[in-house]
Amino acid sequence: MTTAGRQRLAGLIRKESLQIMRDPSSIAIAFVLPVVLLFLFGYGVSLDARNIPIGIVVEQPDASTQSLSGSFEKSDYFSPFYFQTIQQAERALEQRDIDGIVWLKNDFARKLFSQPDAVIAVRVNGVNSNQANLTLGYIRGTWLAWITHQAEARGTKLEMPIQLEHRVWFNPAVDSRFFLVPGVVAIIMTLIGTLLTALVVAREWDRGTMEALFVTPLRNHEFIAGKLIPYFVLGITSLFVNFLLAIWLFKVPFEGSLWLLLLTGSLYMLVSLAVGLLISVVAKNQFVAGQIAIITGFLPAFILSGFIFDINSMPAAIQLITHIVPARYFVAILQTLFLAGDIWPVILANTGALLILLAVFSWLVAKKTRKSLE
Amino acid sequence: MIFPVEVSQISKAFQAGEVQVQALDQVSFKLMPGQVTGLIGPDGAGKTTLMRLLCGLLSIDEGEITVLGLDAAKQPESVQSRVSYMPQRFGLYEDLTAQENLDLYADLKGLAVEDRLERYKTLMHLTGLSPFTKRLAGKLSGGMKQKLGLACALVVPPELLLLDEPTVGVDPVSRRELWQIVYNQVEQAGMTVLLSTAYLDEAERCAEVILLHEGKVINHAPPKHFSEPLQGRTWLFESDQLTPRQLQLKLSLLSGVIDALIANQGVRVVSESTEIESILTAVDPAIKLQIKAVQPIFEDAFISLLKKRDDHSVNYSGSHQLSKSVSSAEEVIKVEKLERRFGDFIAVNDVSFSVKRGEIFGLLGANGAGKSTTFRMLCGLLPLSSGQLSVAGVDLRHASDKARQKIGYMAQKFSLYGNLTVIQNLHFYASCYGLFKKRKQEQVEWALEAFELSDYRDSNAKDLPLGYKQRLSFAVALMHEPEILFLDEPTSGVDPLARREFWARTNALAESGVTVLVTTHFMDEANYCDRLIIMASGQVLAQGTPLQLKQLAQKEAQPLPTMEEAFIYLIEQQTDQSA
Amino acid sequence: MNSPFLLIIALALKEFLALLRDKSSRFVLIGPPIAQLLVFGYAASYDLDNISVAIYNEDRGIASRELVGRIEGSPNINVLYRIQKESEIAGLIDNRDVLLVMHIDSEFSATIAKGESATVQLLLDGRNSNTAMIALNYLRDIILQLNRQWSDQKQARGPPAIIEARAWYNENLHSQWFIVTGIVGLLTLVVTLIVTALSVAREREQGTFDQLLVTPVHPVFILIGKALPGLLIGLIEGGVIITLAVGWFDIPLRGSFVALYLGLFLFLLSAVGIGLMISAICITQQQAVLGAFLFLVPAVILSGFATPIANMPDVVQLLTWIDPLKYFLVIIRSVFMEGGDLGLLWPQFWPMAIIAALSLAMAGWLFKHRMY
Repeated sequence: MTTAGRQRLAGLIRKESLQIMRDPSSIAIAFVLPVVLLFLFGYGVSLDARNIPIGIVVEQPDASTQSLSGSFEKSDYFSPFYFQTIQQAERALEQRDIDGIVWLKNDFARKLFSQPDAVIAVRVNGVNSNQANLTLGYIRGTWLAWITHQAEARGTKLEMPIQLEHRVWFNPAVDSRFFLVPGVVAIIMTLIGTLLTALVVAREWDRGTMEALFVTPLRNHEFIAGKLIPYFVLGITSLFVNFLLAIWLFKVPFEGSLWLLLLTGSLYMLVSLAVGLLISVVAKNQFVAGQIAIITGFLPAFILSGFIFDINSMPAAIQLITHIVPARYFVAILQTLFLAGDIWPVILANTGALLILLAVFSWLVAKKTRKSLE
Repeated sequence: MIFPVEVSQISKAFQAGEVQVQALDQVSFKLMPGQVTGLIGPDGAGKTTLMRLLCGLLSIDEGEITVLGLDAAKQPESVQSRVSYMPQRFGLYEDLTAQENLDLYADLKGLAVEDRLERYKTLMHLTGLSPFTKRLAGKLSGGMKQKLGLACALVVPPELLLLDEPTVGVDPVSRRELWQIVYNQVEQAGMTVLLSTAYLDEAERCAEVILLHEGKVINHAPPKHFSEPLQGRTWLFESDQLTPRQLQLKLSLLSGVIDALIANQGVRVVSESTEIESILTAVDPAIKLQIKAVQPIFEDAFISLLKKRDDHSVNYSGSHQLSKSVSSAEEVIKVEKLERRFGDFIAVNDVSFSVKRGEIFGLLGANGAGKSTTFRMLCGLLPLSSGQLSVAGVDLRHASDKARQKIGYMAQKFSLYGNLTVIQNLHFYASCYGLFKKRKQEQVEWALEAFELSDYRDSNAKDLPLGYKQRLSFAVALMHEPEILFLDEPTSGVDPLARREFWARTNALAESGVTVLVTTHFMDEANYCDRLIIMASGQVLAQGTPLQLKQLAQKEAQPLPTMEEAFIYLIEQQTDQSA
Repeated sequence: MNSPFLLIIALALKEFLALLRDKSSRFVLIGPPIAQLLVFGYAASYDLDNISVAIYNEDRGIASRELVGRIEGSPNINVLYRIQKESEIAGLIDNRDVLLVMHIDSEFSATIAKGESATVQLLLDGRNSNTAMIALNYLRDIILQLNRQWSDQKQARGPPAIIEARAWYNENLHSQWFIVTGIVGLLTLVVTLIVTALSVAREREQGTFDQLLVTPVHPVFILIGKALPGLLIGLIEGGVIITLAVGWFDIPLRGSFVALYLGLFLFLLSAVGIGLMISAICITQQQAVLGAFLFLVPAVILSGFATPIANMPDVVQLLTWIDPLKYFLVIIRSVFMEGGDLGLLWPQFWPMAIIAALSLAMAGWLFKHRMY
């Protein structure tokens, strides 16, 4: 690059940095929104059911029902309420006071070990199906553990040919925060790269500053670089702040290496920025740019990245779409780096995909950015 | 000879909705080096398109453009490196300071760091912006913004400077300063300048003028050549019996009169021939007239070249049926010790004046003098910090809906709904003013007809040519037949033809008893006012009739100062005093 | 005098025209809702129907073959690998090639043949622990069934299972029912909020607001004129999505239609109130978009749209009380699946009414005090 070119680039970067510092909306997107999101996901939201309110209907209290209720009481998953009749419990379920019912009928103790099947019935509110599935699973688990224990105490042995033993790798405590927080980091970087960049370029059109900028010796690539570099720095700064919040405040383990995080984070930032620039080339006003950025950047990063919802279970057509969602690859990298460590095949495959996307988007940006008003 | 700009046979069309608009049609010209060429023409003549083509910002449909020996279509980047262009809305970054804007353009245009100090000093000296380098560009007044924009364009002296209406919305003092900067560059650096403008007195200062109309070059010559055919056809009419306004109203309706414009104490008339007897005989013999032959000016030529003859048929009297019997001594607007502060900044300070019924009252002042703030307070759009005001007997901010029914308002910026059609805008505002059903229909029809908007009834308001936008705004302000009209820079950026039409209407309204409060940057328009105040730094500098104000500036060197000269004199005097 | 009525019609008509005649605004009303309905409706699901599994079977016996056959036969499970060495396990999980590995040791069939319990080991990738837990539940079910079948064959006592494990309202536990009903609330909120939040800011930016304020129209009417389009568009869009939920996604609508629409109305009223508040504060459209965004993100996350409110910490749960979407989601899900009616849902109506009243009053106050 020539001296004059370097000077032009430096001037643009200085200008852009000053604007970032003076514009409350840039600060809001780069720092306020991330903190809000991180806190919501770090503290507010959890997919792990704890203290599920369930109703236990005990028609004929005795030692065995008390022992079973005790098992539910002791479990972290439940906070039981007691009912005398199933009707009362069902009313509570209808009114959403409880999420499930465990019904111990009056012949419970008598039939407990004499019947092939148990004498308890379970109801759950299925409206939130995920929650209902988890609740059912926890009830079954508690029941099985209790009945096995009871049988041993009575000296009879239950025929359980297969015992299932499971280990959850990378997140043994099964804390949903551990995967939500890294996912949010990806979303925040998407917001900075795509939404903010799309808005600031559109703003130049809106305010008429583009026309004057064009009639200078400024070259295309200098203009692009002048926009990229400040927001790149902003995004990486935000990544660091988020990273520190994640490991210190939310105690998410970080198993990978920092330099890999920095490297892949930089790559992802570049891809997001390229998408942002591409949007701003198409949409020359801030309103439309903002909307497109939210629809093509923010929403897919949320829904289609595998951040919350499993990509493998999506319909084939939508799975195909997820391949052009850059966030998908970065979420995989982040979850791996945070929870699993430097697992090269994952890192390399996803980095490769990001590189391809970067090449495609940059090519489009370079092709579409022209110093022309038409 | 090498011409800095050679344009041959260029055409450019745009697609506007379903219609193809021919912005430029077979335009050819050459610019002489080292001089200022003016580009003039009514709205939509293609001036901005031409400027953009010259910078390689648009592609040409046909023809060739050579700028500084380069093909603008094929080598736009090389052209853009060597010319400076100041678009109509110069893209200053409003959230950067003046200095930071200047630094940016110094970087972009490759001004060496070691040369900067000196160049900045020169530019700041020329523009008088030295005290404001640390102020955000968004906080500068309109005139200062334009000067800063020009400074940015000149940070490296270009070989060719293109200025697109640099003086729109700029007060006379700043306008004069802008011109001084341009002249200075032409003389010192031998720069070639192409400048488009709506001010015809500015065109007169150019070495050559290109007159563009409907995408075609009508004439390209030194400004003197334009007015030559009018020798012996320009006159000054004066009468003791009629006010200049009444006289102008009468004269403009006569056949044989191309143009009648209020000037000083009389009316400037351009006649169709050197023979004016036919005009004189048409005037009521009871009216005594003094007639003087005067030198033609550029504006006369412009008007006579472009004015449509059938304009006379339009009746400007409007639909107003205000009774003239109301005492004209009644004070409709009263303002006492008005003050408005924004934080520490006092925008309006101790302003007092009053306006009588049927008067046209002018508010003049430099950019940032506090005119608009005063205006907004009068209309009830801004609360006052202290003082008192009443419009039609009440403060509109706390007034009942009925009081607001009596006023009409035309904002400085076009402020109707851009993506609604003309007819939808009219219907909507009619409803807002409580006109419904038959009455609404009548008034909308009247507006379409009186303002010749029928052809555009289904066009989006934002796509209208500037002059039509202004007509539509005016129609909206008048539809409910208000007693008081507030017009905030109604003619800013509007071409001379449209301005004449506008004032003809306003005059007619005032004659029918409507009170008009108006702000303007065109000093010749101040002549239409019965009385006016000149404001500077939030204070009233002078108050009186146009004649009284002009007398204030009378000197030996200037026995008959124009309004503009008087204005500049007063402002400069105030600056000297405060310095 | 019918002029106030005509005036409100004129004001609302103007808002509609200003909104619908602009290409980008039309786009915002149509584009995002469709994109979101499709994306959420099909992609946002917690149900797993393609769990990738690797089996490390060291045993050659019949029992292990039967177990593997069961696993392979499950419609939700896709057995991708059969591995031979323990060392391969780590690679497959680490590289996300499979979600879980099932390890059957060499003594498995022999142990079972002896009538004793044999252990099967599951190793799960916990990087998305929610997915892992759901997958674990699926596997548990399969093994439980197999256990019972084997015990029955041997006529021995197996573990007594729970009879009748029934899910109410959403009997087959479709996540789509849960998500799509949530979208009705989400989309109507987004559209209504954006439409109202931008309306005043747009007029401020374009300078049309001054022109409106100098007319004799009382600010209250201006406010009503601004509120109506958001409300109407929300109602229409809500109606369309409800129709699609029933017609396209086949979700049963079991409850009271009146309760649903009353809920939608109160919900939109509070959305309009909040939108107008944002609108009254913001000067530019960009600020308004951002303001709306800053409200929307927490409002959606805290509403119970995707994650249960009960799982949130108590302090955060308090915050959800001021989130109108929370109440509406309960209403719509209840009306759709539980057959909810006015009586049952009463506790959801009045908080929204209060939020609506407060936000509209606040908007009116802000409007009056920020008119310049």
